[in-house]
Amino acid sequence: MLLISAIVSGLAVGSMYGLIALGFHTTYVVSNTVNFAQGSAVMLGAVLGYTFGVRFGLPIPLAVALSLLLCALFGLVVERALVRPFAERGSNGWLMATVAGGIVLDNVVLFTFGKEPRAFPSFLAQKPIELFGAGVFPLQLIIPVVGIGIAIALQLAFHRTRHGKALLAVMQNKDAARLMGINVRVAIAFSFALSTALAGLAGMLIAPLFSVHSEMGTLFGIKAFAVAILGGITSASGVVLAGLLYGLIEALVTAYAGSTYTQIVAFTVVILALATMPNGILGRAATNKV
Amino acid sequence: MTARTCLPHLTRRLLLTATAATILAAPALAQDTLKLGLVAAMSGQSAKSGEAIVRGLSIAIDEINAKGGVLGKKLELLVRDDESNPAKGAVAARELVQREKVAGLFGGLDTPVSIAIVPFANQNKVPFMGVWAAGTPITRNGAAENYVFRVSAVDVLVDKALVDYAMKKYATKKPGMILINNPWGESNEKGLKEALAEKNMPYAGIEKFQDADVDVVPQLTRLKEAGADVLFMVANVAPSSQVVKSLDRMGWNVPIVSHWGPAGGRFSELAGPSSQRVHFIQTFSFSGKLSPKAEGVLAALKKKYPEIKGLADVTPAVGIANAYDAMNLMTLAIAKAGSTEGPKVREAFYALPKYEGLIKTYDKPFTPTNHDALTSDDYIFTYFKEGEILPLTN
Repeated sequence: MLLISAIVSGLAVGSMYGLIALGFHTTYVVSNTVNFAQGSAVMLGAVLGYTFGVRFGLPIPLAVALSLLLCALFGLVVERALVRPFAERGSNGWLMATVAGGIVLDNVVLFTFGKEPRAFPSFLAQKPIELFGAGVFPLQLIIPVVGIGIAIALQLAFHRTRHGKALLAVMQNKDAARLMGINVRVAIAFSFALSTALAGLAGMLIAPLFSVHSEMGTLFGIKAFAVAILGGITSASGVVLAGLLYGLIEALVTAYAGSTYTQIVAFTVVILALATMPNGILGRAATNKV
Repeated sequence: MTARTCLPHLTRRLLLTATAATILAAPALAQDTLKLGLVAAMSGQSAKSGEAIVRGLSIAIDEINAKGGVLGKKLELLVRDDESNPAKGAVAARELVQREKVAGLFGGLDTPVSIAIVPFANQNKVPFMGVWAAGTPITRNGAAENYVFRVSAVDVLVDKALVDYAMKKYATKKPGMILINNPWGESNEKGLKEALAEKNMPYAGIEKFQDADVDVVPQLTRLKEAGADVLFMVANVAPSSQVVKSLDRMGWNVPIVSHWGPAGGRFSELAGPSSQRVHFIQTFSFSGKLSPKAEGVLAALKKKYPEIKGLADVTPAVGIANAYDAMNLMTLAIAKAGSTEGPKVREAFYALPKYEGLIKTYDKPFTPTNHDALTSDDYIFTYFKEGEILPLTN
């Protein structure tokens, strides 16, 4: 009973981390930068989904589509205003700029959306179903499916399609890619839009299990970054796998050792894993060919 | 979390500077008033608590000013946002006392913030009145000259009341604890353990969880396997609702006896229909039959804040009621002292005239050994129904 409920809980939470971490993966493989406002994009997705779906009462598919669109737009703004000006100068300023962008967004939402946590009800998170004797909401089973599905789709898109390969080419050598007729700026901007849309999707999937408020994405963003590094940020399947593992470790430690040890053990495992596998679980070593 | 909060909130700081500048620019106006300061969470998850406190204090100030103020001066409230951050709260308290020369300070919902202000208040001999945070060491701080008073619940008394309630109502034999992982949770872990030891009662276990935990099932499963027959819950509104949702998922129908965290927001919306099974402690409720005093305050609230339409809009009634009574006691003390000097006001707190307040009639509420105006007799148990906090009658 304890084991099964811990495994079910762990996989469900872990796949959320994985889904958000995929966003870090997407921008990293294309532009070698990450968007530290990713946690805020999670929150933005949930807040927009709530605003369109609950407050304005739009049909859910429309609300989701609108929210994803706006999240993607946020990604474009982050890339244009907070990453490109620094990255093109070879500066690491985007690191701090994206962190700051996230804080600005959190506070803008705080003042516009309101200060109180709100509920985002979903019929998928009302009646639990029984799975091997442990209760889960249907939504908790959908999240891993979505996470793994997107990871496979990304993997295929990057390695099998023309546009996907073009994106990867940007990462390997910007100048060569440009000479080959690839629009580097568009490629990078697209990767940011895709990553924040993924985060927004994760936010909307998590919201019914959690509550919607301006700070909801902060800790998810931090854990998802740990997961992205742990998985080897260059591999989509590695990132999702790491998410599931991380979720499992959290749940199992809580169940067997007690909640006092959860964070200590989970983050120690991250450090140890990185010490033994510097490129993450499925990541490839970065090689700079001269 | 910490990394985020220590970064500057530029807009807020600008606003603060601007406010300070306007006050400095109008010294004539500033001298005419008797200033009192509030340091509370005005933004973030607990922002609604700050709003409630401001409302309670403001209604009391309006009444007092209508009667001519205190010491011949009108009262003026200066509000500072601590963002639930102890360091920011301490800086705000310093600014209010040293720059604004407030005669007294009021505190907010967060125990860690209040604990950070306590040593400053005692060193500078400024009366500091708690109106929400229930942490035991806020008033019982061991200072030789204690300037900290409180009109609110006190964790150690709440914990006793929670244990009594669980025994009386549910005949508990082996309760379990699910506590938020912060100083407030710790304060109650200690209090609950002591209260249980007094009754010679064993407990099934103590589990902690985080503000951002989506799933509390692993912790709750441990308590269930250990045979818990009642759960004591200590957490703010959002994490409390995660506990209720996790219990729903487990299909575990265990009674929950809770500290007052759920009162701080829209608990029935967040936790769904099962929110009704959580019985939590309050010091005051606007529901049911009201005293004429409470009717008057409620009417004044509705008049001053048109967004208050029904009782669901005064949900953190404790914040409003505690703040209202606290402001009255503070100004009575200043009037009695005939001065705003800290030591004189402190002495006056021990010799207050009888005051008929919102929560009760205060008759010698403070003594040198007791700085808490409310006792466990003043607590009531309540539950949430469709956005409204209703008293439990039994």
